[in-house]
Amino acid sequence: MTVVLKVENLSKHFGGLRAVNGVTFDVARGELKALIGPNGAGKSTCFNMLMGQLKPSAGRVSLNGEDITGKPPRDIWRRGVGRTFQITGTYQSMTVAENVQMALISHHRKIFAIRPFAHKLYRDEALALLEIVGMADQADRACAILAYGDLKRLELAIALANNPTLLLMDEPTAGMAPKERERLMQLTADIVRDRNISVLFTEHDMDVVFAHAHHIMVLNRGELIADGTAAEVRNNAQVQEVYLGGGTLYAKEDAHA
Amino acid sequence: MGLFAAQLITGLANAAALFLVASGLSLIFGVTRIVNFAHGSLYMLGAYFGVTLMQMLPGGFGFWGSVLLSGLIVGLIGVVIEICVLRPVYRAPELFQLVATFGVILVIQDLTLMIWGADDQIGPRAPGLKSVVRILGEPIPQYDLALIAITPFILLALWWLITKTRIGILVRAATQDRTMVGALGVNQSWLFTGVFFLGSALAGLGGAIQLPKGGADLLMDLNIISAVFVVVVIGGMGSIPGAFVASVLISVLNVFGVAYLPQSTLVLMYVVMAVVLLIRPYGLLGREEKGGEHGQVGEPDRPIRPAGLVGRSLVAALMVALALIPVFGSNFTQVLLTDIIIFCLFAASLQFMLSTGGLVSFGHAAYFGGGAYAAALLVTHAGTPMELAFLFAPFAAGLLAIIFGWFCIRLSGVYFAMLTLAFSQLVWSAAFQWYDVTGGDDGLVNIWPSEWLSGTTTYYYFTLIVGVGGIILLRHLTHTPLGYALRAGRDSDRQAEATGINVKLVQWTGFAVAGALAGLAGGLFVFSKGSIFPNELEIAKSFDALIVVFLGGVKTLSGGVVGAAFMDGVRDWLTRLEYWRLILGLLIIAVVIIAPNGIVGSLRKGAERLGFYRGEFSE
Repeated sequence: MTVVLKVENLSKHFGGLRAVNGVTFDVARGELKALIGPNGAGKSTCFNMLMGQLKPSAGRVSLNGEDITGKPPRDIWRRGVGRTFQITGTYQSMTVAENVQMALISHHRKIFAIRPFAHKLYRDEALALLEIVGMADQADRACAILAYGDLKRLELAIALANNPTLLLMDEPTAGMAPKERERLMQLTADIVRDRNISVLFTEHDMDVVFAHAHHIMVLNRGELIADGTAAEVRNNAQVQEVYLGGGTLYAKEDAHA
Repeated sequence: MGLFAAQLITGLANAAALFLVASGLSLIFGVTRIVNFAHGSLYMLGAYFGVTLMQMLPGGFGFWGSVLLSGLIVGLIGVVIEICVLRPVYRAPELFQLVATFGVILVIQDLTLMIWGADDQIGPRAPGLKSVVRILGEPIPQYDLALIAITPFILLALWWLITKTRIGILVRAATQDRTMVGALGVNQSWLFTGVFFLGSALAGLGGAIQLPKGGADLLMDLNIISAVFVVVVIGGMGSIPGAFVASVLISVLNVFGVAYLPQSTLVLMYVVMAVVLLIRPYGLLGREEKGGEHGQVGEPDRPIRPAGLVGRSLVAALMVALALIPVFGSNFTQVLLTDIIIFCLFAASLQFMLSTGGLVSFGHAAYFGGGAYAAALLVTHAGTPMELAFLFAPFAAGLLAIIFGWFCIRLSGVYFAMLTLAFSQLVWSAAFQWYDVTGGDDGLVNIWPSEWLSGTTTYYYFTLIVGVGGIILLRHLTHTPLGYALRAGRDSDRQAEATGINVKLVQWTGFAVAGALAGLAGGLFVFSKGSIFPNELEIAKSFDALIVVFLGGVKTLSGGVVGAAFMDGVRDWLTRLEYWRLILGLLIIAVVIIAPNGIVGSLRKGAERLGFYRGEFSE
């Protein structure tokens, strides 16, 4: 199995708070891997370090053997990492297709081109990507008027624009209806299979996680407490302690979140 | 040594009024996030009310009573402004608020002229503090010492109010998180009004308290506002101790500047500001500001498309009409249209960075005037032929924009705007004070076009071709990947960076393009007038461009051009009226509140509502 993403001893400290503390894991090629944990466990901080939005306090991130620790997001993206955000950040003043075209323009290094019309560039490629996520019929609508679930799917199409080897998805189904969640996760699983890429995602909906993820990692208070298959994680005593023990109701809340 | 001490004391005394006005502005910004450009006008009102009251109330009690009373009256005027003008625009983008307060400046200017007349008012001297004392052999006015004694008490009183009282807690809470304060049951509207009262009263006090030193005149509003902004930005927006430190710094620096570097008095303060912002982007005592609002509050911009067949035909028809003007129109019409086309290009270049790039520049005149001066300097000092000098204008302005842009792009929001303002003031003061090279106030004259372009009609055609060409180029760029990348960075900086776009580099490029095209307009301008003066670099010139972009419609592509044409056309008969500023000010305020979409945006909305026109993206 080829390792795509290798994370070693990754840490982020905010003053005295150890938001992420010595996290080590791998993501293999073609793997759909989930990173779960209670609120405040450090999932988003972890993601932001992987994609370069935050500089790690310590540790090393390498992509296909190359050290990418602390590189700016755009450099990491150029090396073939796509990302979707917990809160979508699409371009409100563009159409759906243009949002994808913009990423394609960047991928083909045409940002500073001043001759062609941008809305005509790579339109077919953009439509093909939108077709994959089922948004082709809305290609020419203004992005500002899309429903939230559609925005999430659009974001996925944008993340595929640079033909990534690794996709990082931060809470891809947050704020969606249960049926929509299932559809989006199925779509993600199909993409992983068809394109043989790797996906690392965080998620609060345990049904989604246990139904689709090949491997699951559990983060608690900044530390990785489990990394294995669904069955292994389910039977891990420490995980049960975190999710069920100590009088907390995380499991219940999360199941309905 | 004695002279040095005397200068220091003068500087400290001058800091008093500056600090009062700056602390008021800072307070208002901290809580309401409004950049109140009319704050200098409140200061001016304080001075005028002070003069009038001091004439009515005699003696020492009358003097100090008048100062306090002026503060109170101006505070109440501030309340009226807040309720009538600003309440409706709190949720609007920064630019709208700025334009609204600019309207207030115009209104107050003309109202003051109406009430007190055009003559300067001499400030009465403070009873009991009329003489001088000798310190180290130098005469020091007693009043200066009184001011130095009073200022720390005002700082202390404000500090006590902010840190020890319930109102202060609310104000500080609102400075950090307005929404939360509202959610906790505090009536935000009245908190804002109260803060506006306090801030305005401080400005009024500042105006009245400086009367024995400076008197009252109609220029003092704009004279102080740029210094106040420098102070607030250096100190950190929203920080009162910062405003104090910066007031002292700038006042003392000014006094020493006059004494030792008389050639650079105007530049000095902006150089200090630029240096401070480069080292501490949020001012000496300021906190990091997420100023990413730009023009993106409220309804998002619509997707754009290059003009279709109908649009192109209309533009072509307009071009034919303009080309036929010399056949039918008078010489005067051609001169007027030349002016309008130049102004349209200037406004279009601002709109390119402002609307497309989300970069609100307060100092775009630097590139217009900079280009004009560059060409004029070549002609004057090197005898360069007109054609070459003309080409040099956009080149030099673009270069200037590349240099200044490198510094400005690192900041965002209000701080970006302030740094662009500082750089434009830098260029202005260089033109104004570097007499040997730029001719200073006398400007550069005899900058005429070559023989083949010298006729009014020929030059009109030249302007038409170059000007319209420039506007079309900008419009084209808006639709290219570069323009889209600018919009992407404006809409979502994070998403753009996460998909490989170097947003700062793109914005820097946009800044340079806008600067170069403004310089092109400047080149056209200087050869059409035959001369150039420092007033083409003034803040007022930058604001002219901002206002027409706004009038035309920020969230449109053609707003700048339409607004500029409208404004230049109207200005000609408007300025013949006695109180044209009042009318223009009220018009601006009305547009901000009633028709924030501007001329083009409102026409589009209206046409859509009536069913004449269905935009591709209107749902």
